[in-house]
Amino acid sequence: MNDAALVAGLRAGDTAAFETLLRLYSARLLRLARRFLDSEEDARDALQDAMLSVVRSIDSFESTSMLSTWLHRIVVNACLMKLRAKKRHPEIDIEEYLPRFLEDGHQVEPSQPWPESVETRIERDELRALVRASIQKLPETCRVVLHLRDIEELSTDETAEILDITPNAVKIRLHRARQALRTLLDEHMK
Amino acid sequence: MSTCQNVIAFLDDYVAETLPPASRESFDRHLAACESCVAYLATYRETIRLAKLTIEDIPPEVITAILTTLARNTPRT
Repeated sequence: MNDAALVAGLRAGDTAAFETLLRLYSARLLRLARRFLDSEEDARDALQDAMLSVVRSIDSFESTSMLSTWLHRIVVNACLMKLRAKKRHPEIDIEEYLPRFLEDGHQVEPSQPWPESVETRIERDELRALVRASIQKLPETCRVVLHLRDIEELSTDETAEILDITPNAVKIRLHRARQALRTLLDEHMK
Repeated sequence: MSTCQNVIAFLDDYVAETLPPASRESFDRHLAACESCVAYLATYRETIRLAKLTIEDIPPEVITAILTTLARNTPRT
């Protein structure tokens, strides 16, 4: 079912269309919600709230936008509403995790390569947990951009539209997120 | 002449292959002479790869819960 048919079905109140929507999009939207929210329960609640918003507001969807972009924005808004009501988890001061340089432009601490295959040194599940926990330490503004660009592989423009920021802001936040995540992981790779 | 600071500042463009040719050549000359930046580039790329490991599927019960809530909250057609 293409997006136009899906939207038509949702507007007609067709539950089969909604089931198709869930099958196509819910996994990536739940992954997005997990980036914002601490607990799995909160992420699932936000997804559920977002899906109800989709049904209620489908008539306001403009076909000039991509359906996936619109859905991502609804989930982002649902997560932000949940976050406002909750105490946020500790985030790093990202400046402390960016590379530092001497006056001549060299790094203060020269970089070292990581082992050839990190998966042979650290069990895959343990590695996945480590990476996930490290991502969650990033400031929310950077964490979400990393998720949309590098994990969900959305374009810079689409990410900008979802988060209502400029493409340049997406680039800056992504680079900062990658650098900080690299520093967090570097501590475990030596 | 690129420094480590220049290279790392624009590493995202280098990795995305969106640097202008002259800048790219300057970067490549620096990387040919700087082990630290070569290591930083490799670990930067590895960081991007590792981030994708965190992808996981949605548990089926989540979809069921959403459908149940929808059925409860919206009029049937």
